[in-house]
Amino acid sequence: MTSRETGEDDLALIVEALPARPPWTARLKRLSPSLALSCLVIALVFTWTLLPQLFTGYSGTEGVPGEQLQPPSAEHVLGTDGLGRDLYARIVYGARYSLSGAFVAVAVGLLFGTLLGLIAGSRGGWLEALIMRLVDSLLAVPSLLLSLSIIVLLGFGTINVAIAVGAVSVARFARLARSEVVRVRRSDYVEAAFGSGGTFWAVLRRHVLPNSLTSVIALAALQFGSAILAISTLGFLGYGAPPPTPEWGLLIAEGRNYLSRAWWLTAAPGLVVVLVVLAADRISKSIQRSGA
Amino acid sequence: MTAPLLEVDDLAIAYRMGDHEQRVVHGVSFHVAPGEVVALVGESGSGKTTTAQAVLGLLAGNGRIERGAIRLSGTDIAGWSQRRLDAIRGAVVSLIPQDPGSSLNPVRTVGSQLAEVMQIHKRGDRKAIRTRVLDLLTRVGLMPAEMRARQYPHELSGGMRQRVLIAIAVALKPKLIIADEPTSALDVTVQRRILDLIDELRRENGTSVLLVTHDLGVAADRADRLVVLQGGRIQEQGPVKDVLAAPASAYTRRLLSDAPSLAKPRLRRSVGGDATDLAIEVDGLTQDFPIAGGGAKTFRALDGLSFKVRRGTTHAVVGESGSGKTTAARSIVGFLKPTAGRILVDGMDVTTLRGEALRRFRRHIQLVYQNPFGSLDPRQTVFHIVEEPLLNFEPIAAADRARKVRDMIGRVGLPEAFLTRHPRGLSGGQRQRVAIARALVLGPRVLVLDEAVSALDVTVQAQILALLDELQGTLGLTYLFVSHDLAVVQQISDTVSVIHKGRQVDGGPVERVFARPDSDYTRDLIEAIPGRGMPVLASNPDSRAGFI
Repeated sequence: MTSRETGEDDLALIVEALPARPPWTARLKRLSPSLALSCLVIALVFTWTLLPQLFTGYSGTEGVPGEQLQPPSAEHVLGTDGLGRDLYARIVYGARYSLSGAFVAVAVGLLFGTLLGLIAGSRGGWLEALIMRLVDSLLAVPSLLLSLSIIVLLGFGTINVAIAVGAVSVARFARLARSEVVRVRRSDYVEAAFGSGGTFWAVLRRHVLPNSLTSVIALAALQFGSAILAISTLGFLGYGAPPPTPEWGLLIAEGRNYLSRAWWLTAAPGLVVVLVVLAADRISKSIQRSGA
Repeated sequence: MTAPLLEVDDLAIAYRMGDHEQRVVHGVSFHVAPGEVVALVGESGSGKTTTAQAVLGLLAGNGRIERGAIRLSGTDIAGWSQRRLDAIRGAVVSLIPQDPGSSLNPVRTVGSQLAEVMQIHKRGDRKAIRTRVLDLLTRVGLMPAEMRARQYPHELSGGMRQRVLIAIAVALKPKLIIADEPTSALDVTVQRRILDLIDELRRENGTSVLLVTHDLGVAADRADRLVVLQGGRIQEQGPVKDVLAAPASAYTRRLLSDAPSLAKPRLRRSVGGDATDLAIEVDGLTQDFPIAGGGAKTFRALDGLSFKVRRGTTHAVVGESGSGKTTAARSIVGFLKPTAGRILVDGMDVTTLRGEALRRFRRHIQLVYQNPFGSLDPRQTVFHIVEEPLLNFEPIAAADRARKVRDMIGRVGLPEAFLTRHPRGLSGGQRQRVAIARALVLGPRVLVLDEAVSALDVTVQAQILALLDELQGTLGLTYLFVSHDLAVVQQISDTVSVIHKGRQVDGGPVERVFARPDSDYTRDLIEAIPGRGMPVLASNPDSRAGFI
């Protein structure tokens, strides 16, 4: 390369050196404290679901007679409930139910919502109008009412609650996926791909899908938090897993009866739900930013 | 010599990028005397806009003046706070911004936006300001002023919006106006009227102008002195005539030789073979678009366009924005179904093709887009971008595909190391080379170039034009070159169609159309091209070599 070309080349080098997408090792070093903490929270809760026995010696369902309603102490970090069960152990064991529920919910929403949005955004015409009006009517019904109706149809239980929560989020995923697909479809590179002889499905797979998924994944992380919240809500209302399952929403509901005598029974699981939701939120935001 | 109004002394500016600072302006010094027009000329990334922003105290949040002084009538304002600068911005120094589309508030009338600058600086009561607003609108040629004052930006054309911005800039009779690429987004005929207006107002009020531009032609026509910037350093400065007649720096010489100009000879005359061997034949092409919310009403974007292009030659379709030239290009490559007319490419009627037949037809004709930042998928590597068209037709073994891609990348002058890069790691010129490689990898006979060099700096533009010319010679390609830039068209095409508001107003061999235009519109277009006073340097043969 001769010297007179350095101007353009420098520009390319600068563009390459921009902080937008450094290698991920460098990104890890620059990880903000709040994001690191969020990842830590999610990772911890994850290991709870896989290996709860590593974190507590107590059982999640069986109480110790004579140790009812003890306040937080060295022996019982978060205290015990009305049947003498260690609250910390119940939260750790309960992660499995709340988290797997949230996963199923997000998976249902992500899969069906994205599929609907993709079809609507890429095909257009009457099909788009039909799908989007369906989605709109789904959005018009209050989400809690909608999930309750679905549960009544499917029957009670953790998985059914998760499916109900997921079905409600299909509308949000579909809307976002459609708008992203429409944005990408208008771009020059998609037209160029058709112009070089690409078939509809090839262009969809090579360009539209990869370029519109970032925002959808970010929404999935966000939705993970709200799904935990929604599942807890339904558990609290008594539609989820039956006692003595230590599902988080159920824990809060059971603690309600002792609110004046044992504040920790509602506060501790409530706080855990808040932390996990906040962490999922923070991670979602950073996914969104890295895609922009 | 009088004391300078603006004196920039050894100015250095850096931008914070992640955890380090990137210096973009390295010790720039120049001055502007009262009543003088100084042009800051340079390509993108030369630091010309950064320098101008620093004078106004409008550097982006991550920008910082490292050293140097900016003296306005002798006072150094480089270290001033934003609050102190507010007192002089608009009143002593004002700005004409680049993009009239986004520089006005869309939800307020132009009258109220013009009044705002006077209200901020407390010039007179409501009534006095209102009278002044109407005066100013009349002065910049927006009449009837009463009506214009009540209009919103979206009701005005690009040129009219730029007039509003000029009115805002001159409202308080500042001593210095900084015009940052004031006409780059406008058509040439509008550009000339806007530059004339700035000139008149400047003479009336004795204002100095710091004109920031990438267009050497504009600078040559309008400025008293030139400051040529490259990579944040001054290459050369002096009176326009001296710099252009005897450029001292190699960079200025290169800019001059690369700038397209009407006076320049064509790169290489195509050897148009048999006059009956036509690559493209367009006959009575008409395109109507439905008007949004207009029911059955339609807008006629193209009205009876007809031309013939011989194989191996270049035909240009020229027009201003909204003329229908892009519509024509899109119809010819088969992205639009014309309302009426016939388009023959390689003897096939594009307008009758549908579905699979249309897809098969794509390998005969390819389109290169204006914006190389939007036409490449940001998630693909260069290799995958160029390989993709090959996957769409008869299966080819992976090794053959890789060989074809390498061959094509070499042909467009890019090194093989670029194959693994993503578009974001390439400059504008390099991206356009990738786009050309993608278009050519299927071996099409016809290439449609839709403003394919308009978004590039002149030196890069000259290199891409040289590349296109070389490829035409070796591959026997036929080009349909859609452009607004007559100087470029004159340089590379054999025949031309000039279109205005959807109608063809001129057509034929380039020499004939440029020497004896049939229509007044073509004559206007030719006369509006800036840089008629610019000396012509022979095209630099080095422009062809190397990659950008």
